[in-house]
Amino acid sequence: MIVDRLDIGAEEFQQATGWEIKPEGACRAEVCVPLPDGGFDLSAAAHRLGMAVVSEPSPGLWAVGPETLGGRALATADASDFRLPDLDGNEFPITSLRGHKVLLVAWAPY
Amino acid sequence: MAGPEVARPFVEAAASSHPSLIDRTHYMDARFGVTNIPQVIWIDENSTIVRPPEPASPMPVGAAALQMVQLVGRMEEREHYVAMVKDWVDNGSDSRYALSPDQVMARSQARPPAISEAAAHFELAQHLWRREGLSDKVVAHFNAAHELQPDNITYKRQAYSALAVSRSGDQDPDGWTRFRQAPQGGEDWPFISDFNKDMVRFQPELAARLKLPGAESK
Repeated sequence: MIVDRLDIGAEEFQQATGWEIKPEGACRAEVCVPLPDGGFDLSAAAHRLGMAVVSEPSPGLWAVGPETLGGRALATADASDFRLPDLDGNEFPITSLRGHKVLLVAWAPY
Repeated sequence: MAGPEVARPFVEAAASSHPSLIDRTHYMDARFGVTNIPQVIWIDENSTIVRPPEPASPMPVGAAALQMVQLVGRMEEREHYVAMVKDWVDNGSDSRYALSPDQVMARSQARPPAISEAAAHFELAQHLWRREGLSDKVVAHFNAAHELQPDNITYKRQAYSALAVSRSGDQDPDGWTRFRQAPQGGEDWPFISDFNKDMVRFQPELAARLKLPGAESK
């Protein structure tokens, strides 16, 4: 996620990373990581989730990398938050395929 | 090099009946650990992952695909891949190929802090490249990503393509200009890696067979 300030809110954080801020901490599916008291703070949340924060002073941007919980890419096997747009920009949530097995194939037209 | 217009001709030519989705932001990497392609994830009827991302080809393995799978995954697994998928379709969670959530997480891509840092540098490089072209700053962020995660070919291809497109004056009539992988004819190359160097480093025997620059002949 790219931000031009560090004082973003919990909602923006969730939209970009999928981690929802709840009273018990930053949560995805059954996993919740406790956060410091006193309201949402991007730097503190990134630290707790093991997300790298890299700055680019000019023009004043920060990039936040993905979480590194447990040293693995997947902190949960639950994929119900997965969604991507189709060719026409319509969001496609994987939950619309509930009841079906899904083979999710990643490719690229180099 | 990202977005619907690059993918559209391929998706429309395939005329597939399944959804085709677009990942502009390398979400698949951040969310699941999909770095290089082709990779496949199995997800069951309850949206639970039963096999994490792994190099895979769901197509029958032809001659061209054979060379590719030799590079991206274990041969014996790839040859049986279609049979594995069919076994899962028939047997669901009783399939010996369907993994438990703990196995899925344990088998997902290793992600030490350097991988997160690489992703952040790569995202900055992409963001700035769209704003200001291939500046020194952009090259520095690409190079940082390449150094932190040397086996991420996607990060490299994107950087090389950015270079090729910038040097073509944004003229890419046949779509192949962007498929640059190494310096050509002694051209100045701002990146710390290129395809030939990587092949020599990661696939020395194949590099020697292909007589790539820097490979040691046997």
